[in-house]
Amino acid sequence: MAVLVVAAHDNKSVRANVANAVAAATKLDSDVHVLVAGKDCGEAARSAAALQGVTKVLHVEDAAYANWLAEDIAPLVVKLAPNYSHVVMAADSVGKNVAPRVAALLDVGQVSEAIQIVSPDTFVRPIYAGNAMATVQSGDKVKVLTIRPTNFKAVGTGGSAPIEQIGGEGGKGLSSYVGAELSKSERPELTSAKIVVSGGRGMGSGENFKIIEALADKLGAGVGASRAAVDAGYVPNDYQVGQTGKVVAPDLYIAVGISGAIQHLAGMKDSKTIVAINKDEEAPIFQVADYGIVGDLFQIVPELTAAVGKK
Amino acid sequence: MKVLVAVKRVIDYNVKIRVKADNTGVETANVKMSMNPFDEIAVEEAIRMKEKGAATEIIAFSAGPAQCQETIRTALAMGADRGILVQTDAELQPLAVAKLLKAVVDKEQPGLVIVGKQAIDDDSNATGQMLAALLGWSQGTFANKLNVADGSIEVKREVDGGLENIKLKMPAVITTDLRLNEPRYASLPNIMKAKKKPIETLAPDALGVDVAPRLKVLKVEEPPKRKAGIKVKTVAELVDKLKNEAGVI
Ligand SMILES: Cc1cc2nc3c(=O)[nH]c(=O)nc-3n(C[C@H](O)[C@H](O)[C@H](O)COP(=O)(O)OP(=O)(O)OC[C@H]3O[C@@H](n4cnc5c(N)ncnc54)[C@H](O)[C@@H]3O)c2cc1C
Ligand SMILES: Cc1cc2nc3c(=O)[nH]c(=O)nc-3n(C[C@H](O)[C@H](O)[C@H](O)COP(=O)(O)OP(=O)(O)OC[C@H]3O[C@@H](n4cnc5c(N)ncnc54)[C@H](O)[C@@H]3O)c2cc1C
Repeated sequence: MAVLVVAAHDNKSVRANVANAVAAATKLDSDVHVLVAGKDCGEAARSAAALQGVTKVLHVEDAAYANWLAEDIAPLVVKLAPNYSHVVMAADSVGKNVAPRVAALLDVGQVSEAIQIVSPDTFVRPIYAGNAMATVQSGDKVKVLTIRPTNFKAVGTGGSAPIEQIGGEGGKGLSSYVGAELSKSERPELTSAKIVVSGGRGMGSGENFKIIEALADKLGAGVGASRAAVDAGYVPNDYQVGQTGKVVAPDLYIAVGISGAIQHLAGMKDSKTIVAINKDEEAPIFQVADYGIVGDLFQIVPELTAAVGKK
Repeated sequence: MKVLVAVKRVIDYNVKIRVKADNTGVETANVKMSMNPFDEIAVEEAIRMKEKGAATEIIAFSAGPAQCQETIRTALAMGADRGILVQTDAELQPLAVAKLLKAVVDKEQPGLVIVGKQAIDDDSNATGQMLAALLGWSQGTFANKLNVADGSIEVKREVDGGLENIKLKMPAVITTDLRLNEPRYASLPNIMKAKKKPIETLAPDALGVDVAPRLKVLKVEEPPKRKAGIKVKTVAELVDKLKNEAGVI
């Protein structure tokens, strides 16, 4: 049976992590369909059709799906689900919102944030902030899973899967979309950036994050933060890296003024190379850092910015 | 309006957990247990609603072994009015918890259910969404700010790109995110008073819920350990290592 990947998108294209979800899906079955639902999302459907490994795109135009309200999108997925062995979503704020609702409507469990597919019914998922790895087996007829994008190498483009138009289910009228306050940034998106520079409580203020941004811009990096920095209001919530924030696994992660609490490590310890800048040589972050430098961040960060080559 | 809050007993977030030697799970004997931090936020939010007159009664729900009483007591000491414990030693997965919550909702008819976005032990991030599905209610996940305005509730949500505002028809299920509020500590007099507040104990059977797990845990293992690297003395040395050793810049 085929696998259904439910894709989040911005109408123009599917999210980058859909390529990771498709990669996970291809490990389940060779027949991978992608659902692209929304209003005026034809371009996004075409972007899904171009992903390698996709065998069909289901394109749904219905105003009810314009803002991805879980109450409306879940019944659509539930209607399609009996034709599939698995429903897969990326474990981002859309997948985490929608997939459990789909699972409960189907009366099946959800495998949350799978990091490895052992077989079509067996998955590895992190628990306790990644301090334990559970191998779980699902006996449900349709398996609903979210996957952690950083653990599945994105498929490439160049494919040309057929696009089938299907009808929508309309809205349920339970919820309505009011608007968004999105953080504006020209920088690479945190979860797909090759380099991430993150600041913690040690930054002392939002103003001081300028030195993090200067370094990030020099490196072409995304900017992240610890929970402490977000709670203190230095940076917006979507910068948070960790167990309860975003999971990143860039080639290079630079932690500045971050102590290295397990909840933070949960979001970045799969990075290829980790650099820690901290004035406390005992800080736990040094236990996971490939390169640590002990000292005052206000001196080291500008020096580092000056020393790295132009991007 | 009654508000139902879910409070889960979990290993305290400060505890460094250990995987059991036989790989069946995580060592829970003799470790400090606490209320899931996201549930403290849920309780706090309900109390604030009551203080503002938007809620009339707060019921704290927990499912699990007898010791979950303590977790409910903590909620009562913070300001919840009464507790419901669904007592079972069975392993509970999110769908089962959602079904137990639904049975309690059917009985109590709250106008709002507030749960944590994620339990910090199993990290499923699923129970609230599943409950909303089973009830056919609206869901406001990852809530950063709530505003109850007759018959509906405005929810500011923490999403990937920042914040999103939605409006839900009541009754609704809310899941809390970290910035919704800062939970209070229970005062000593309130801890004393909480001892007299009622806790009703029910069995899953009495609620007609089958809690059998849907996911079979085959094994639980330690993750691969990352080993500490080296400390460099100067920025020049760091840049050299990043360029020539790691090859990442
Ligand atoms: C339920 C729950 C969920 C959580 N989820 C997350 C999560 O997803 N992500 C997350 O990050 N945290 C999370 N946390 C919080 C986590 O436990 C820590 O409190 C947090 O990560 C600490 O942030 P920090 O390292 O910036 O601050 P601190 O621990 O205060 O560390 C600041 C560091 O900066 C250093 N420093 C200060 N000044 C300077 C200077 N001038 N130069 C150099 N170094 C300096 C200090 O030596 C210190 O090591 C969660 C906690 C709970 C309870
Ligand atoms: C490897 C492994 C080992 C396990 N070992 C045990 C074990 O030793 N003992 C055991 O009891 N379970 C065990 N479980 C089951 C696991 O704890 C359940 O899956 C869990 O109860 C529900 O998932 P969650 O807490 O991650 O849900 P989430 O969806 O992340 O929880 C979100 C919110 O739902 C509410 N909620 C969830 N559960 C409850 C509850 N029980 N009572 C009140 N509110 C709740 C809370 O408000 C919580 O903030 C294990 C699971 C695995 C995979």
